[in-house]
Amino acid sequence: MSAPQFMRVRADMPPGHVRTPAYLRGKTGWVERRLGPFPNPESLAYGLEGQALPLLRVRFTMAEVWGADTSHPDDTIDAEIYAHWLEPAEAPHAP
Amino acid sequence: MPHDHHDHLSPSGHPYRADDDHPLTYWQQMEIAVRELLIEKGVTTAAEINAQIDAMDARNPANGAAVVARAWTDPAFREDLLKDASAATRDMGFDIGPMKLIALENTAEVHNVVVCTLCSCYPRNLLGLPPDWYKSRAYRSRTVKEPRKVLAEFGVDLPDATQVRVHDSTADMRYVVIPARPAGTDGWDADRLAALVTRDSMIGTGLAKTPDSA
Repeated sequence: MSAPQFMRVRADMPPGHVRTPAYLRGKTGWVERRLGPFPNPESLAYGLEGQALPLLRVRFTMAEVWGADTSHPDDTIDAEIYAHWLEPAEAPHAP
Repeated sequence: MPHDHHDHLSPSGHPYRADDDHPLTYWQQMEIAVRELLIEKGVTTAAEINAQIDAMDARNPANGAAVVARAWTDPAFREDLLKDASAATRDMGFDIGPMKLIALENTAEVHNVVVCTLCSCYPRNLLGLPPDWYKSRAYRSRTVKEPRKVLAEFGVDLPDATQVRVHDSTADMRYVVIPARPAGTDGWDADRLAALVTRDSMIGTGLAKTPDSA
């Protein structure tokens, strides 16, 4: 098994239709699997042609999303995030 | 008011439900206008729209239960399902349209639960329409933050040793949970097993029924 690939979700808060949940912005997780390409929903929502983008399933620990004092820090949340919302990152902690 | 409350009760003693005769909302008007225009311009017909509504209403959790029961009894199918759930369910004969499906397997070590925090994404093309609570703000906001508490309210108490994996259905994929096969079902065939698979067990908010509770 190869080393986990860590990604940070951009912390931007742009107006309009976005399918990156606000509670995950600025958080770091690792790539669970790669999907796509899928057309960018931020364009499709306005009747424009969506640019085909990779979609990644990113896995976050509860500790990363809600803080270390969360009741079960090793439970996880997976979400589908479009590639333009992600940037390579260092491991925040052991996955 | 305390003296006229009986006016609001039916002869059986239950309150009458208020009529929903309020004006159409903006989006209800928009839907009717677009539908009528599409029919008027010959893009579709009322019969085609009704056929689609019938097709969606015919989809129900029994479809998913058949998929789960086959995964429990057919190791090659289970492998195919975990690799590409859309292809595996289509091969089994279900018309899931363009839906892109991922199957998530529950084990003693891992419990999966599905939510859509942004709206109400649900594998409708396999399981039919979602339950109302799935679309509620409480379920959508709490499941990502305190999943074990939400699960406990559904009657699912998980040991600390079981990891909870929440899946937020944020974009193009839809999810179906393969619940763990209940003990005491050795030798059961797929049809008999399918009766143990509940809708909630395929969302992750329930477990499959046990033979004595079925």
